[in-house]
Order: sequence, then C-alpha cells, then structure tokens
Amino acid sequence: MLALLVAQNIAFYVIAALIVFGAIRVVTCKNLVHAALWLVLVLGGVAAQYILLAAEFVAITQVLVYLGAIVVLFLFGIMLTRSKTGTDTDLDHTGPKRVGAAIIGLLLFGLMGYALWDQYRDQEFGTLIVQRTAAVSDSIFSTYLLPFEVISVLLLAALIGAIVLARRD
Amino acid sequence: MLINQFLFLGAILFCIGVYGVLARRNLVLVLMSIELILNAVNINLVAFGAMWHATDPANLSGQVFALFVIAVAAAEVGVGLALVLMIYRNRQSIDADDVDLLKG
Repeated sequence: MLALLVAQNIAFYVIAALIVFGAIRVVTCKNLVHAALWLVLVLGGVAAQYILLAAEFVAITQVLVYLGAIVVLFLFGIMLTRSKTGTDTDLDHTGPKRVGAAIIGLLLFGLMGYALWDQYRDQEFGTLIVQRTAAVSDSIFSTYLLPFEVISVLLLAALIGAIVLARRD
Repeated sequence: MLINQFLFLGAILFCIGVYGVLARRNLVLVLMSIELILNAVNINLVAFGAMWHATDPANLSGQVFALFVIAVAAAEVGVGLALVLMIYRNRQSIDADDVDLLKG
C-alpha cells in the first residue's frame, strides 16, 4: 500500500512538472504552431492526472475531445488566419503590459495558494475508489438529465453559430 | 496523496492561463490560454469529485461537471475561432490591439 502511494506521488510530481513546463511554454513560445504542440503536452498531462484521480471516463473524454478535436481546431485556426508559421516576435505585449500581467498572475496565485493552504493543509484523499463509467452515466442520465439536455442544445447552437459566422457569403 | 497537490496544480495552471490571456496579443493564443484556465478548473472539479466519492460512493457530481465543462469548452473554441476568422477576414490581422473600434 505504501509502495503504491509512493509511486502515485512520484507519478504526480513528474506529470505536474511536465504540465507546468508545457503551460509556461504555451504562454511564452514565439512560434504559434509550437505553442499549439506544447498545449498537447499540457492536455495529455491533465488526462494522466485524471487517471491518478481514478476518473477514467473523464480522462478518456479529455483525450478524445481536447487532444483529438480542440488542438486540431487550433491548428486549423492558425492556418486559416495565415499566421507566420516560423518565429514571430509580434505575439506578445511588450514592456509594462507584460510585467503587469505577470504581477496579476503572481498575486492571483498568492491569494489562491493562501486560501487553499488555509482550508485543506495536509488533508489526505483516503483510498481512492475507481469511479466507474457506468456509475457516471447513471448519474448523468438521472440526477443531471436536465443540464445534459441543455448542453446538447448549447452544442447545437454553437455549431450553427460557428457555421453562420465563418461562412463566406 | 494530498488534496492540496491537485488543487495547487490547478491554481498554478490557472495563473499561467491568466498571464497568457493578459500578455498575449495574438487572438488564437489568447484562446489557447483560456483552454489552460478551463483545464485548471477541471482538475479542481475532478479532485473534489474524488474527495466526495471516497466518502459517498453514489456521488459523482465532480466528474459530471467536468464533462459538462469539457463540452462547453468545445463549443467555446468553435465559436471563438469562427469569430477570430471573421476578424481576420475584415481586418487582415488577428492582433487584439487592432480591434479597437469602440475605443474613444
């Protein structure tokens, strides 16, 4: 049991380091296509964290929807707007705006970190039970049936809206 | 594992995303930073869901909400990229600073 816990912790910290490094590259990279590819690393790492949290269905959905669809959409967006595919120095704000953004990010992290540490300190998960896909679907189609239907209508509306916006007349 | 491990990972990812939204000028990159923020929220939802699930096995709200957030994020990216495409067609640029028609 202890060996498992140690293995889980090592996996967590390795994947977390990859996620944070990838995320920093996404927001600082000078090359648009590379930023999209670093985003793949971040999203894949997040899927791995879901596996560590014993949430298998969300992990699979993350891989299908984010890695399979959203990253491809981003690459299409980059190509359709004919952005420079090489290094581009015109992607960031410069000077005080960038420093201000960094300060806001750090302040926000300080605030959230303080609140989280104050509330949870070293509270443990206990034993994580695998959350089965069948149970998730039961929950969606009973307790959360109405929100599920609303999401369906939202997706339809977004689909039609995107077609209407992007169509050439 | 501590709950705070995952919550802090979510907080770090969220703040990097906020920095990206504020510091980037290219609209596609701003959308990517928003994806980072949504993923941070999802990590939190699944972590809290796992915490609840350990005490009450019938409760799967955390995961269900994470799935809803993923669906909304997909819709958001679709509409967002369509908007970016339209701005590009009208102004031949996707620089956020160029879209300042409402500025007095």
